[in-house]
Amino acid sequence: MLVSAEESFLRGSTGGAAMLLLPIIVISLVGFVAPVVNLLVFSFQKAEATGALLGGFTFDTWHDVITDPYYRELIANSVGASLLITVLDLVLSYPIALYLHRSSGLRRTILLVLVISPLLLSAVVRTYGWIAILADNGLIDQLLAKLGIINPYRMVFNMLGVVIGLTEILMPYMILALLAGFGRLDLRAEEAAATLGARPFVVFRRVTLPLSLPGILLGSLLCFVLAISSFITPKLLGGGRIFLLATEIYDQAIVTLNWPVAATLSGLILAIFGVALVAYTRLLARLV
Amino acid sequence: MTDEKPPSRGLTVLAMLLFLFLLAPVLVVVPLSFSGDAYLSFPPSSWSFHWYKQILAEPKIVSAFGTSLLLACSTMTISVAVGLPAAYALVRLKVRGANLLMSLFTAPLLLPSIVLAIAILVIFASLGMLGTFKGLLAGHVIVTLPYAVRILSTALAGLPIACEEAAATLGASPTVVFYRVTLPLMLPGLVATAALAFLVSFDEVVLSLFLSGPRLSTLPVEMFHYVETRTDPLIAALSCILVVATLVIVLVVDRTAGLARTFAR
Repeated sequence: MLVSAEESFLRGSTGGAAMLLLPIIVISLVGFVAPVVNLLVFSFQKAEATGALLGGFTFDTWHDVITDPYYRELIANSVGASLLITVLDLVLSYPIALYLHRSSGLRRTILLVLVISPLLLSAVVRTYGWIAILADNGLIDQLLAKLGIINPYRMVFNMLGVVIGLTEILMPYMILALLAGFGRLDLRAEEAAATLGARPFVVFRRVTLPLSLPGILLGSLLCFVLAISSFITPKLLGGGRIFLLATEIYDQAIVTLNWPVAATLSGLILAIFGVALVAYTRLLARLV
Repeated sequence: MTDEKPPSRGLTVLAMLLFLFLLAPVLVVVPLSFSGDAYLSFPPSSWSFHWYKQILAEPKIVSAFGTSLLLACSTMTISVAVGLPAAYALVRLKVRGANLLMSLFTAPLLLPSIVLAIAILVIFASLGMLGTFKGLLAGHVIVTLPYAVRILSTALAGLPIACEEAAATLGASPTVVFYRVTLPLMLPGLVATAALAFLVSFDEVVLSLFLSGPRLSTLPVEMFHYVETRTDPLIAALSCILVVATLVIVLVVDRTAGLARTFAR
């Protein structure tokens, strides 16, 4: 009789599985589940001006945040900027992804490494690079000066700089999502359309674009979600003058020490995440 | 019929221009690091190694580098030590609810880092763990552990179980099978996991910003504060060193473990 070797050598160790899993379960529950639940509980408490918690259960903080015109503007700015960044990322990444999809061999490998490698670089370093390009006396100012133009626009420490920097920093995610989506893109469909007399633009609009929609949706979800929760780039390229949800969470948590407000803003970010995810799932379902 | 359609000339030009935009900040940082100017100006008016030498004259940067190095090594060790048994239990012992457990273990990856950071801040503040090494270490492990379990599980699932079965049939105990057969076979996955845990910890900035204190902070946090308050080429020099170091780690891992093989599954 043949006893499954797998069973025989694993016999007796099934009880040991709990032992093997114990450390990671403890870390997950204590280090992740408990803090997140605790944070959400915090958003239903209220703090005194001194920062001391009043305890109890109240919707006051949520009510205060949602009705405060300052926070309303903050939320509108964050959502608006993130949507703009997502659209820019889509427009700028699509040609690169299409080019990568259509090239092959060593060239494709090298270019793919160039797309992924910025991800290994800290956001601090990449933001710093953008300050060097956009700042007064930076690359763009100097280039324009060579042409005899004095740049009248300030490009750092304002929303323009934040949008430019974040767009570039999130591009690799969009490119990779689009590339994954291009898997469905069959060259023969494009060729068939062209053979039947469709002009290149019509082929793109009627064949290429619709087939790559799943990748577009995934990339847009990723970029939007990463843009609205990013903090390093708005803080540095905004020069402390641009106020978005994520920077406000930091200020409330570290500077003002108003944890219930920071917790409520975190809850708001999670809620926006949820809405984005539902929109993504709905749109994707309509495609299939 | 070939399946390849070479990109048209128009697309090539457009893609190259966009690549220039994508790589612009990195391309600027390298020449900037050799600037001889006292302030941030591009292109620099003179060239020197001044800012490379200046790094060592910043005591905060030097001590933060030491902290980051120790922190990344400790995080790497704990991630592998906790992640490996977990991956073995999930993949080889096929515990009930393995998929559910995997979702729980990798959930921190889905949460925005700023939300995770404030959640941990609130807990650690009440435990007096802010600005301490153990606080930073605990926070970093929470962030790197999901990567570790994920990669180790993938590596383990990709191993042919036949070798382990053969050893077991020939009378080796489960412990011996694990140390003499399974572990050597999954060495590439192990090296990749260690390298990734190290790099993620060394680069981590949002969580560290919330958990560090005036007396103890990490290199990315010090770099963040430096860029926030001063504009000179020092960070460019430091960035170049980090880029080269990261490339060396990636190349070493690729040579020993085959990065593509590890992540391609």
